[in-house]
Amino acid sequence: MMAEAETINIKAPVKLTKKDFTSDQVVRWCPGCGDYAILAAMQTALPMLDIPRENHVFVSGIGCAARFPYYMETYGFHTLHGRAPSIATGVKLANPHLTVWEMTGDGDSLSIGGNHFIHTLRRNIDINIILFNNEIYGLTKGQYSPTSKKGLVTKSTPYGSVETPFSPGELVIGALGSFFARTIDTNPKHMADTFIKSVGHKGTSVVEILQNCVIFNDGTHDLITSKDTKDDYQLLLEHGKPMIFGKEKNKGIKLNGLKLEVVKLGENGITEKDLLVHDAYEADPTLHSMLARMQAPAFPVAIGVIRAVKQPTYNDLVFEQIENSKQKQKFKTVNDLLNSGETWIVE
Amino acid sequence: MVQELEKVVVKFAGDSGDGMQLTGSQFTNTSALMGNDLSTFPDFPAEIRAPAGTYAGVSGFQVQIGNTEINTPGDEVDVLVAMNPAALKVNLHSLKKGGIIIADSDGFDPKNLNKINLSSNPIEDDTLSEYKLIKAPITSLTKKSIEGLGLDTKSQARCKNMFSLGVMYWLFNRNIDSTVAFIDQKFKKDLQLGDANKKALFAGYHFGETIEATPSYTVKPAKIAAGKYRQITGNTALAWGLLAASEKTAKHLFFGSYPITPASDILHELSKYKYWDVKTFQAEDEIAAICSAIGASYAGDIGVTCTAGPGLSLKAEAMGLAIMTELPLVIIDVQRGGPSTGLPTKTEQADLLQALYGRHAESPLIVIAPNTASNCFDFAYMAVKLSIEHMTPVIILSDAYLANGSEPWKIPSVNNLPAIQIPIAKFDAENKYFPYERNVEKLSRYWAVPGTKGLEHRIGGLEKEDKTGSVSYDPVNHEKMIHIRAEKVARVAQYIPEQTVIGKEKSELLVVGWGGTYGALLTAVKELQLENESISLAHFNYLNPLPKNTAEVLGNFKKILVCELNTGQFAHYLRASFPQFKYEQYNKIQGLPFGVRELKEQIKKYLIK
Repeated sequence: MMAEAETINIKAPVKLTKKDFTSDQVVRWCPGCGDYAILAAMQTALPMLDIPRENHVFVSGIGCAARFPYYMETYGFHTLHGRAPSIATGVKLANPHLTVWEMTGDGDSLSIGGNHFIHTLRRNIDINIILFNNEIYGLTKGQYSPTSKKGLVTKSTPYGSVETPFSPGELVIGALGSFFARTIDTNPKHMADTFIKSVGHKGTSVVEILQNCVIFNDGTHDLITSKDTKDDYQLLLEHGKPMIFGKEKNKGIKLNGLKLEVVKLGENGITEKDLLVHDAYEADPTLHSMLARMQAPAFPVAIGVIRAVKQPTYNDLVFEQIENSKQKQKFKTVNDLLNSGETWIVE
Repeated sequence: MVQELEKVVVKFAGDSGDGMQLTGSQFTNTSALMGNDLSTFPDFPAEIRAPAGTYAGVSGFQVQIGNTEINTPGDEVDVLVAMNPAALKVNLHSLKKGGIIIADSDGFDPKNLNKINLSSNPIEDDTLSEYKLIKAPITSLTKKSIEGLGLDTKSQARCKNMFSLGVMYWLFNRNIDSTVAFIDQKFKKDLQLGDANKKALFAGYHFGETIEATPSYTVKPAKIAAGKYRQITGNTALAWGLLAASEKTAKHLFFGSYPITPASDILHELSKYKYWDVKTFQAEDEIAAICSAIGASYAGDIGVTCTAGPGLSLKAEAMGLAIMTELPLVIIDVQRGGPSTGLPTKTEQADLLQALYGRHAESPLIVIAPNTASNCFDFAYMAVKLSIEHMTPVIILSDAYLANGSEPWKIPSVNNLPAIQIPIAKFDAENKYFPYERNVEKLSRYWAVPGTKGLEHRIGGLEKEDKTGSVSYDPVNHEKMIHIRAEKVARVAQYIPEQTVIGKEKSELLVVGWGGTYGALLTAVKELQLENESISLAHFNYLNPLPKNTAEVLGNFKKILVCELNTGQFAHYLRASFPQFKYEQYNKIQGLPFGVRELKEQIKKYLIK
């Protein structure tokens, strides 16, 4: 099983530091925004990778998250609402040696950019999508988003939202995503670690960050993130480890028929052996989808790499075709092409 | 007896499943190889296989061949091949009085007559008394000619187009060899079917010879410039022009596209050349198509996207991004009838204003329009050149007529195409790279490609501070940048050819056209010039910016008549650009190209002294 594991070379003490990845632009997010922590985590993570700075490209769409590239001293392209996956696809196909990041939010990716999001996943092009999920439209000043909880009162839903939210992980897996991880803006170390893992995965990686919007949706993730409750509502997944959580480390996840179940160790004869052991590399998406869907308070929310399955990437297949076609090249030059087929001479 | 003709117009018409496009292109190929000048007009329905025998299903292929210069597929048809009553009825109005009809009498059965509510059979009553009618039981004779081969009835019936082609080859004394070679190649994996097709072709030829219902004709080779020729359609020429630009710049071509009629053939064509590092990306929609091309351009490829009118609308937002980030990008719009789905397989020139203005905010870009199927090659190449050298998006306005029509093309050499200067940014430890620092003459910025050490920078859709490219909301800076972007595009006028005039440079009437109407306008104007009329033609390829001598050209004529396949968009544009002149208009918007006779009649109205 471990042979399937994705690996990334983390080279100890590198020349680059966090400062090398910090641009000269003034950061303009609201004070207290979770985005600051994400930025710091990214600037911490990148020096740990054996990738030259000029090979990182940060592409973004529109929204608070989409301002991210301006603050990174790398190549950056702030594009159109929802279209970042398409721009990123073009960048990666123009130069597959680049490490392409897409910084996006729940509105950008799952609403206006939904079509590009799912097709990018289906193709499995090797880019890293970092999805800031604050369950709200922040930059347009507080309307409900496709991940807002049902009943949420916002500027555009004064009587409460009647829409059912997407679960990003379920959508990713449904769209044939090969990598899905979840992390939290209050856990910088876990974020940085997850970013590094997403680079290690060849294919489209989606990292959902539960991110707090202090202005328009403050506390939406509190149950999962606050000190008092987080241990009971976070299930930290690690490949090969049993699914245990809770302050007392005495709760676990068990498969009961076709459903997941929260059980207590020691109760009704339940032992660790009864619990599910996480297998992020399992190709069958069923269990991954169930884990991604778990919601508080009925369940803990799964944190960590939920799915990381090796699949051929779109870019590899494209360049493989290009290379193979060079073996049986029909024309050497464009002049040969122009002079091919039926031609005739006029004297 | 063989009569010699200067030129002749032939039309093949049948059901969309009858193989008329193939028959027409074989007749065309053979005539091209025999040295004729020619121009084709494939005319087919949007439906792939509309109900057989109905008007909706009629597919036609018209070609004019000549021993003289041919610039249009012809107004009136001399010889019509009609495989069924619907095909006859749809095309009869364009058949010359006294023209020849070759009708498949088997196709004129009660069932087919019923489908178009005909109570009397036109090939039996006197409907066609003004024409020379050749009734040929094409379907049954085809079947008979191949009955020994053991093909099923359906496959037998499929060979009838070759029979009709054979009849036409006899009628015009065409050389049958190239079609035989074509069949051998096409059916090399199904020799039986290949054999059947050849047998049907010869059977048709011998049928013509045997019945000798009319004299046969010939069209001698045309006197055209010496050189090596081939046939080419506009869509293929666009694709090849892009390939030439990729080879010349040693830059990879990235082609992001979403299938749409009549542009998809460009995607099909380019997807063959992966071995030249051509990356064709069939995106999930028009927006993803253009955005992927922008991403590729940003990362150093030649980014191209391609569409028709409705798709251009979807791409509008992204064009704004390419304008703001000042990246090279080529957008091909093969215009078709609209609005909305409109007439998706028919031609029109009604996307001009959309190309010029159809974006949010102040967003000028270069707009160019090829005017023949073959010079689509030159303008595709030119679009890449201008786009890269001036760091701006370029729209190419082609149309369904140029896209599908073909003509002989004197094969150029890529070696003779003008060089393309790439304003690539290089790392210089002494001078910091600023993304919006500009070439002082062209005002183009420099292209810093990701992966280049030391040039890390950010660009994006937000307004940029002049030179540094930092995000700026400063009001004065915004206005300044608006003017710089506009001036950058305006200065392109210094780098494109001046507008030429066909005919006298100073005269009575100037006919003005642009894009795909050239062949018809040229023919009409030349014919009027031979009639000693004081008339000239200015046909525009560069629409934004206009050539720098445009006002001078227009000012040399007493009257200006702008002819377009829309309700007057170029006239409107000229009025806004040069209000000092008066513009007359002739417009047609029927999904069809101009006819020469119609143009002459209209133009003559302005020549009355």
